[in-house]
Amino acid sequence: MSVSNPLFSGYGLGLRKEHYKDFLETTVSVDFVEVISENFMVEGGQPRHILRQIRERHPVALHGVSMSIGSADGLDRDYLRRLKSLADEIEPLFVSDHLSWSRIGGFNSHDLLPVPYTEEALDRVCANISMAQDTLGRPMLFENPSSYLTFEGAVMSEWEFIAAMAKRTGCDLILDVNNVFVSASNHGFDALAFLDGIPADRVRQIHLAGHSQGQDLLIDTHDSPVCEDVWALYAKAISLLGPVATMIERDDDIPPLADLLAELDKARHLGALDARARRGEAA
Amino acid sequence: MTLAQMQHNFRAWLVTASDTAAGQLGTVANAGLAVYQNNYRGQLVGCLEEAFTHVRRWIGEDTFRNAAITHVDSRPPHSWTLDAYASGFGETLVELFPRNPDLHELAWIEWSLSQSFVAADAEPLSPQALALVDWDTARLRLTPSLMCHVATTNAERIWSALWEKTEVPEGQMLPQPGGLIVWRRGFTSRLKQVEALELEVLLELQGDGRFAALCDRLVERLGEAEGIARAGSLLADWLGAELIVGID
Repeated sequence: MSVSNPLFSGYGLGLRKEHYKDFLETTVSVDFVEVISENFMVEGGQPRHILRQIRERHPVALHGVSMSIGSADGLDRDYLRRLKSLADEIEPLFVSDHLSWSRIGGFNSHDLLPVPYTEEALDRVCANISMAQDTLGRPMLFENPSSYLTFEGAVMSEWEFIAAMAKRTGCDLILDVNNVFVSASNHGFDALAFLDGIPADRVRQIHLAGHSQGQDLLIDTHDSPVCEDVWALYAKAISLLGPVATMIERDDDIPPLADLLAELDKARHLGALDARARRGEAA
Repeated sequence: MTLAQMQHNFRAWLVTASDTAAGQLGTVANAGLAVYQNNYRGQLVGCLEEAFTHVRRWIGEDTFRNAAITHVDSRPPHSWTLDAYASGFGETLVELFPRNPDLHELAWIEWSLSQSFVAADAEPLSPQALALVDWDTARLRLTPSLMCHVATTNAERIWSALWEKTEVPEGQMLPQPGGLIVWRRGFTSRLKQVEALELEVLLELQGDGRFAALCDRLVERLGEAEGIARAGSLLADWLGAELIVGID
């Protein structure tokens, strides 16, 4: 798959049902929205109707959670068929999923489980990505997940795995800055080494979200505003990457839309500061 | 350990939470395993809570939670969509509460309404389309969102009271069994309790579609005059309710 996704540097939000009315009845100042693909991979009814209406107003990115590209079983063809049907209808800005697995032997965990960073896993992930991209007829984006454990026998870092995956498959990337922060904290690696290690020219989208402090580890909960440490890492990321489509994800304790738009303005402000710095202007 | 072995072991750990399974994962540190275990179980219980809000109110928070835990322990998820996980919960309720048909039917109603909500779209039949129909050979196409079930209790009244947040009646057996039908009209899922005969002919129509067979069945049950009259009134009702989406 040699074609790449278009460069797009706007600011968006994860669209959740709590805000459907706002998006359908008012003009919301976002450059794109992202939806969870699986919520719309249904036969018909109101969800698809709403998505079609939203699509008339905004570019839409389809973000999946169930492709399971790390699965040793390969991919679910029914899943791919439904995703292609949705993508063909919606003509999304991006189609994305996660570097994770959830399905094995007819079981589906419905969680983003970690992939061991081994050569065997890299081969399997790349084969699965190639199948998905061939089926969809377009390059996908894959996101670095938060993780809470690592495996014996790993032969490369997460960013080395991602770089090899992108090189071999031609896929693009979502850089989830919060996930980098969470995983770096949980596993004791340098978040800046992660940012330096991934191929900057493949990053098409940035995710920002909140996390929580668990008993021993940071947990990627998407239930709170983006914290200052993650904003600082985001500023560093865009200084390395340049303008990249950026969005905020919120999946629990969802606040009024105005609160999320205010958070998004902070991303816009940091983007503007970075642009000025690139032009050599004083902040 | 191969990738497949690791993933099967991880599955065993999620489903059983046993120390043996955890020890076979080949992880560097096990503190994070509890996070995945909590995510797995929390996700599934949350799915059931969201899918069965009325059942949850009807049987109470503690009873529902115990039933949900039983379901999670005995029925691991298999579909790519989390929504499908709620599909077997009715069977778990039947196993746990075999003498509560009101609960079984309430669970069927709630699950069917959610399925109907996202069933395939279909345009209702326009009155103009009826003008040229040859009723002797006509086959009726029912909306793909239609779901039918035998009713033995007042579950429809229970569901309606829970929906309207009015006083919920005690569960009772119906004097005579009837039927429950669920379908979508526009973007709104509908529920209706029907007589046993209407349920019977709807089920036959779902399989066969022949209007003449419907008439024969009603004549057989009700006699010539009443049977033909009932066929006409049912057809009018179904057209008005947007249950019929085509005639071949």
